[in-house]
Amino acid sequence: MTLSNEPLTLLEARHLTRIFGGGENEVRAVDDVSFAIHPGEIVAIVGESGSGKSTLARLLLRLLEPTSGQILFRGEDITALHGPRHLKTYWREVQGIFQDPFASFNQFYSVGRVLKKTLDLSDEKLSRAEQQQRLELALRNVGLDPTDVLKKGSHQLSGGQLQRVMIARALLVDPEIVIADESTSMLDASLRVTILNVLSELRARLQMTILFVTHDIGQAYYLSDRVFVMYHGQIVEQGPVEEVLHDPQHAYTRRLMADVPRLGGWGAKVAAD
Amino acid sequence: MSAVLPQSREQATGLSFGEALRARFRSLSALPSGRFFFSVILFLAILVFAILGPTIFNQHDPLQIVGGLYDTPSSKFWLGTDNFGHSVFTQLMFGTRTSLIIGFVAGLIATGIGVVIGTAAGFNGGFVEEALMGITNVVITIPSIVVLILLSIAISTRSIYSLALVIGVTSWPWTARAVRAQASSLRTREHVDIARLAGANTASLIVWEILPYMLSYIFMAFVLQLTSGILAEAALSMLGLGPSNSVSLGIMLHWALLWESVRTGAWWAFVPPTLFLTIIAFALLLLQSSLDEVFNPRLRRS
Ligand SMILES: Nc1ncnc2c1ncn2[C@@H]1O[C@H](COP(=O)(O)OP(=O)(O)OP(=O)(O)O)[C@@H](O)[C@H]1O
Ligand SMILES: [Mg+2]
Repeated sequence: MTLSNEPLTLLEARHLTRIFGGGENEVRAVDDVSFAIHPGEIVAIVGESGSGKSTLARLLLRLLEPTSGQILFRGEDITALHGPRHLKTYWREVQGIFQDPFASFNQFYSVGRVLKKTLDLSDEKLSRAEQQQRLELALRNVGLDPTDVLKKGSHQLSGGQLQRVMIARALLVDPEIVIADESTSMLDASLRVTILNVLSELRARLQMTILFVTHDIGQAYYLSDRVFVMYHGQIVEQGPVEEVLHDPQHAYTRRLMADVPRLGGWGAKVAAD
Repeated sequence: MSAVLPQSREQATGLSFGEALRARFRSLSALPSGRFFFSVILFLAILVFAILGPTIFNQHDPLQIVGGLYDTPSSKFWLGTDNFGHSVFTQLMFGTRTSLIIGFVAGLIATGIGVVIGTAAGFNGGFVEEALMGITNVVITIPSIVVLILLSIAISTRSIYSLALVIGVTSWPWTARAVRAQASSLRTREHVDIARLAGANTASLIVWEILPYMLSYIFMAFVLQLTSGILAEAALSMLGLGPSNSVSLGIMLHWALLWESVRTGAWWAFVPPTLFLTIIAFALLLLQSSLDEVFNPRLRRS
């Protein structure tokens, strides 16, 4: 189907814009953003606080209506789809993980129940035993013991465990792409590495495409193939991570790099373990 | 009234009632304050008096003529008689019962309408929110007593339930406003987005992701509506707009004022209902403010 040597595009944004408020209070949170993400790559979106990263992530997840512009998934315009009934098929392919694992978790429900809800996305009629199998497999995939966590509520689990449950949840329907919005920023340093490793392992094993939002350039460097630099709602620079970070073209990227103290010492990527 | 409702985020994210209670009782030092138990016991005592009192004291007809005009309290009629010769003590039991029923029904109606409108407005935002809050603000600015008087006159037979209905449908706006703020702040929480990504529709988002987080808050709002419902009944009945052929605390006060019990020194006609209204309102408001501590243990420590 491809007409050129270009890699197939999985997720594409065209002139995507989201404006909040109006008049004097107008905020162009995402301002005319265009890009393409290819199957199997890990893309990091970096930028300072308020640059529009989360807004972009929520637009791509179809949790927020764009003011204008389009989102295409495998060439199909999914901005035309509205409501859960029509977006279900999209959410089977595009899933999300958020910043705060505690807030992501409805504290009134057990891990099992939260996971089962996501299984509703699937069109297959699964028996109870099959459902149970899926849940257990997903939890093992992120290094959790199903018998230990399935019946527990959010108050009985640590932040790192909860975030792994949220990753398991996102993977439950076997999506093509996972959008992770600052999914490590609430965790302490050692857990952060664990989560990053879980993500990069998933890519290696499942050829998962990952869009990874962070304000931590180190994480972008560690995990991603390509990087988008966001500034005031616009992508001011994008390219392979080594290129962008070692030879930043845009003034803002250079400033962003200057804020990272460790960057000077970076010769090569640090080994995963 | 709205000022008493906590607006903080703590409230929105508070534990469920059961969870909170369990957490509180786990250690002795974490027991809810004496205020909570005191208010609960006080209110329960009033409930028992109103519900079981007639059986306990074997008095089943508050409208029975047992004496003359303002007979002084005696060993037979502990609180004497009113202007018609009814036993004030018996009237007090049945009157408290009526007032509580009206308060409960009005409170349920007001809380129900308020929660539905507030949740719909806060969760949907945009045009729906503006329209619903527009209506709410209009209802809020109309002095409720005027509506109550007009509606009370319009309704020909004033049963205690129609009076409760009138009170309920005029007092929901405060609850709607408070609930709207809660729902609006809950709407943007990440677990709601997670449920959306699982394909949940609006109804199930509200039922499973929003309402559970508001339950403790809604319960506190109900206690306030219950209190103000009882007081609204008293005010209306004192004006002579109370339920026909029945006795309530407000109706007792109505006759006591009309027959000049204050001037004639028949204190037993007006002190008991006044005292009961005060105790009920005191117990409920104390309960409401101590519930705050039960639901949010953190508030207490700081
Ligand atoms: N629902 C909203 N209503 C109004 N303004 C919003 C809303 N959401 C985001 N904004 C504004 O849009 C801009 C971008 O916000 P966004 O959350 O996307 O930034 P971010 O890059 O994710 O920041 P952070 O690193 O702090 O998470 C900010 O100025 C923010 O105030
Ligand atoms: Mg963000």
